[in-house]
Amino acid sequence: MKIVTGNDLKSGDVTWWTGSGWSRHIADAVDAGDEAEAILARESAAQRVNAAYVIDAERTADGIRPAHIKERIRALGPTVRLDLSLDPTATPERVL
Amino acid sequence: MYKYDQYDQAMVDTRVAEFRDQTARRIAGKMTEDQFKPLRLQNGLYLQLHAYMLRVAVPYGTLNSAQMRVLGDIADKYDRGYGHFTTRQNIQYNWIKLEDAPDILADLAKVEMHAIQTSGNCIRNISSDQFAGAAADELVDPRPYAELLRQWSSFHPEFLALPRKFKIAVIASDTDRAAMRLHDIGIQIVKNASGEIGAAFYVGGGMGRTPMIAPLIKDFVPLDQLITYSEACLRVYNRYGRRDNKYKARIKILVHELGKEEYTRQVEEEFAHLLTQGIEPPLAELERIIPYFADPAYEAGASDELDRSDPDFALWVDHNCHAHKQPGYMVATISLKPVGGIPGDASADQIRLMADLAKQYSFDELRVTHAQNIVLPHVKKSDLYTLWQSLDAAGLSTPNLDSIGDIIACPGLDYCSLANARSIPVAQKISERFAAQDKLDTIGELKLKISGCINACGHHHAGHIGILGVDRKGTENYQLSLGGCEGADTSLGTITGPGFSEDGVVDAVEKVTDLYLSERKDGERFLDTYRRIGMAPFKEALYG
Amino acid sequence: MAEVQLRFRDDAPVSDPAVPLSSFGETSNAAAVRIEPGEDARALLPHLDRIRLVEVTFPAFTDGRGYSSARILREAGYTGELRAAGDVLVDQLGHMRRCGFDSFAPAQPLDADDARNALERWADVYQAAADGRAPIWQKRHG
Repeated sequence: MKIVTGNDLKSGDVTWWTGSGWSRHIADAVDAGDEAEAILARESAAQRVNAAYVIDAERTADGIRPAHIKERIRALGPTVRLDLSLDPTATPERVL
Repeated sequence: MYKYDQYDQAMVDTRVAEFRDQTARRIAGKMTEDQFKPLRLQNGLYLQLHAYMLRVAVPYGTLNSAQMRVLGDIADKYDRGYGHFTTRQNIQYNWIKLEDAPDILADLAKVEMHAIQTSGNCIRNISSDQFAGAAADELVDPRPYAELLRQWSSFHPEFLALPRKFKIAVIASDTDRAAMRLHDIGIQIVKNASGEIGAAFYVGGGMGRTPMIAPLIKDFVPLDQLITYSEACLRVYNRYGRRDNKYKARIKILVHELGKEEYTRQVEEEFAHLLTQGIEPPLAELERIIPYFADPAYEAGASDELDRSDPDFALWVDHNCHAHKQPGYMVATISLKPVGGIPGDASADQIRLMADLAKQYSFDELRVTHAQNIVLPHVKKSDLYTLWQSLDAAGLSTPNLDSIGDIIACPGLDYCSLANARSIPVAQKISERFAAQDKLDTIGELKLKISGCINACGHHHAGHIGILGVDRKGTENYQLSLGGCEGADTSLGTITGPGFSEDGVVDAVEKVTDLYLSERKDGERFLDTYRRIGMAPFKEALYG
Repeated sequence: MAEVQLRFRDDAPVSDPAVPLSSFGETSNAAAVRIEPGEDARALLPHLDRIRLVEVTFPAFTDGRGYSSARILREAGYTGELRAAGDVLVDQLGHMRRCGFDSFAPAQPLDADDARNALERWADVYQAAADGRAPIWQKRHG
């Protein structure tokens, strides 16, 4: 899948395109497919997202798994401070 | 330490107002992110892996208890209850909101602090020796010169769009405790044959992708030409530093490509011209700043005795305390590297405790070291035990300074969008592997530094043992290097060979230290043994 | 060619088109010249008495070479119009003024209020530059 991600301008929160808006939870992300770049451009121009980009990911039994370890850490939170993660079930192994 | 006059205070206050206006205009959509980015970077605000990160300046690593207390309060009020002390003597907060940033800068300005030029393509925080003002071997306190340069470099209109970042360090002793020659400009305050004090300029050092040791460009610049000479160095860089390739844009590349002689010639030409322009502050300005760094009111006749009957206390003194130039006093280093902990991190409570301890025991002064520890520079020997007890109760008494437990690590892929691999878990595992105090003590001095990418914020090139995290086909991998050193005998580490997995590199470090222990001759530190026997035996031990 | 939006001079604007530096020497009566970031402002030093306008381009606001070019010209005694052209934005106006620029031709028009605020923001300055403002160290010591 192609997911669009970015940050909220004012808060800096990592956000994920849900199909209708932006969520702080990667579980809400949708496959934007071929529309990804167009969505990115439109949402950036409207200032509903900042510093947006497209990433590869796949749906697994555990949820949406970004293809690259950096994006997995970005979705999960710092592996050394998972007490700060948005996901209460987060474990460091999930980023591997 | 330096105290702002009404001019300095007005400058930071104006900066807050300026950034508040810039932020409002960005949020209102009057500026694009590309237009805003350099502005927020030059106020210390990065958009990082998880959130905005704010890097607050600690000028030449010195701060007082009121300032330290505010740093703790900021962690609680605007962040998630902790801060990270960096390898450039600054502090970073990882979870800042843009909309709060102007208020945070306003809170900082109230205690004479700021985040000016802690990022961006400009002159950054000027670093110095964490033992300045306390070390017996310094010629003078280097910090007044750092303060003079700080003011010169702040908002310098010609140098706010340099090819790349620019880092300056100032020391005043032959023992280099600030990795001076690994800076874009390294300055050593020296005395010439006539007994005059001046500055030796080393230009073109740095780490990163192409580490280089700065060559000596000028061996003596008189104090009343310090700013003019610095300006000449910067102007040549601004005009001729490469702007075609981000990875070749530092001044070290310019000096390397021109050659030291040609770069020096160009600087001398610009210097001769600038001397006619009257840009140098009068010596009276330096003379105004110097008294702020005068010795504190030491207690004359303070006892030089130390009750070492508590073995844990004695251990801490032996590892973490250094001789002070004043009898009856010591320099105490607080380790922010507890076993298995995150190097350089401190909770808001710990930060406030250190503030209180500084006020009580160290004439209200602290230092941040580039090894990510905190120094209380002037502690009476008779106060050391009660100080240590307070530190011990707060998990701040780890007796591991300059040992393999005193790991320097950048935030790495856990926090940093530039990183290729995580560095903190590696540091934690190594720290745990070498947790046993007797093992630490047997190995002795060993500076281990970890960077999560080639940008080398962990200074791995200068590690006796260095670890560089790389991305090997989407998996984290770690290169090991040996023999780096940041002192007066600065050297850059040599890679051992193929990289290792996370667990593999921990084993590799142990193999390296085991070989050292079996090969060392009397009194040799790890670095000495390595320099004597070379890489080959280590390669053999690692790769068979 | 972008219009001059801000100009801090009393004399009549120069209407001559700015000639590129590379062809400046040949055109014996050119009074207006344009310098690109990579070009050497000191090439103009022998001709300052006949130049009335130097336009320094900023193709990208992040390329700061124009700041050095401007100061070099002012330090050499150039008193004619010194124009910043191209990617000239509100938040660099103050730095540009300090380096000696006295006219601005931004590629995109600037908000007049924002521009004025930016130029009036700093009551004091830490360094001596090309604008003649007394730096703080001078105010401290007279």
